[in-house]
Amino acid sequence: MKLQITAFGIAKDILGTARLQIELPEAATVAHLKEALERQFPQLAELKSLAVAVNQEYAPENQPLASSDEIVLIPPVSGG
Amino acid sequence: MNTEEKSSWTRYGRQMAIPEFGREGQEKLSRGSALVVGAGGLGSPLLYYLAAAGLGRLGIVDGDRVEASNLHRQILYQSADVGRLKAEVAAERLRALNPELEVDAYPFHLNSRNALDILAPYEVVADGSDNFPTRYLVNDACLLSGKPDVYGAVFRFEGQLSVFNGLDATGRRGPNYRDLHPEPPAAGTVPNCAEAGVLGVLPGIIGSMQAAEVIKLITGIGTPLIGRLFLLDASDFRSHSIRLPRRQGTSVSRLIDYERWCGIRGIPSKPPAEARQWAAAADAQWLDGRQPSERAETSLASAHIPLGELTTRVSELDPDRPLLVFCRSGQRSAAAVQQLLDEHDFREVYNLEGGLLAWKRAGFPLQESAC
Repeated sequence: MKLQITAFGIAKDILGTARLQIELPEAATVAHLKEALERQFPQLAELKSLAVAVNQEYAPENQPLASSDEIVLIPPVSGG
Repeated sequence: MNTEEKSSWTRYGRQMAIPEFGREGQEKLSRGSALVVGAGGLGSPLLYYLAAAGLGRLGIVDGDRVEASNLHRQILYQSADVGRLKAEVAAERLRALNPELEVDAYPFHLNSRNALDILAPYEVVADGSDNFPTRYLVNDACLLSGKPDVYGAVFRFEGQLSVFNGLDATGRRGPNYRDLHPEPPAAGTVPNCAEAGVLGVLPGIIGSMQAAEVIKLITGIGTPLIGRLFLLDASDFRSHSIRLPRRQGTSVSRLIDYERWCGIRGIPSKPPAEARQWAAAADAQWLDGRQPSERAETSLASAHIPLGELTTRVSELDPDRPLLVFCRSGQRSAAAVQQLLDEHDFREVYNLEGGLLAWKRAGFPLQESAC
């Protein structure tokens, strides 16, 4: 399935874009998505606690994804 | 209406005119208090609006001084303030804006030793800091003291906002920063405002939103952003309001060394035997940072700059040559190592762990080093 991802903060830099499409097997979970992204963009792994929101809700690693989901990557931000 | 009420109406009438707010809201504000950590980009509008709104007591924690590069976003400060302590300038401006306000300036950094005492007198804490160790410190201190942490953070055209550890409608504490990011990012992977840049108005927007949340918490009006994270990208005005649950196992029992935990400021140091070997191999310079009065006893052959004079005399050292710094017990020299690395761009500096006391205990001679 094709997933649409929106990235914020430094994740936008690492992905090189604010909106990215990624192809994953059916029934993939948030953990699978993170693994796939980290393989393609190893710097993402260094963020350690990259949060993922699915349909405006913070998503645990084991949450299954569907192609209609709105996925947002939320990296830590420190600026003030 | 008595005289006091009349003057209150004159000043705050426009917000007292809001039906839900009224005289009661104003009275709650005047009895309320908030501590703002960081008087920078977020802290500026946050403090300014809280003072203007008639909050009773405001605390300002910030150990930094105003720099010219702050002025495009830190609107509490003016060009002539460059070099002055932010907490002191901010307190001055806020008192001038609203003489009824009680202002406490803490012109130093919040740390694990002082945080709980500094937080104690305030009802609400707002985090306008600019680094991860302080954000985790503020979060944990709020958890330990049972206070809400009104969180804001900015990056270029983006901002984040939430109320952590707030009491929700069922009387339970909402999620906190550790529920969002259980672990800090590896040091250096997320750039700050200085490295990544920030549009000046962004902290203006987010800091003002933080002020609104503080006012809501204190007056009990509306629904604060508890259990939700608001994300804004001002470049296309996309926003998200993400529901954030509490995780299991994010409880905190004490404050820790947050800089170390975030992988920053592990002060480079070597115990005597290792230091001795390293210094010989690296052809290092040695620096004795003790006071002249302490040197009468014994010393290693070395350069000698009492650490209090380090800033003005740093040119006596070669920043490109490895350096070993020592004092009596290794404490003052540890701070000096940090200063040399952070502020003076020394390439390689180590602290003699345990200082001369440990050196002597290890049985090493006192005349062997070369400067």
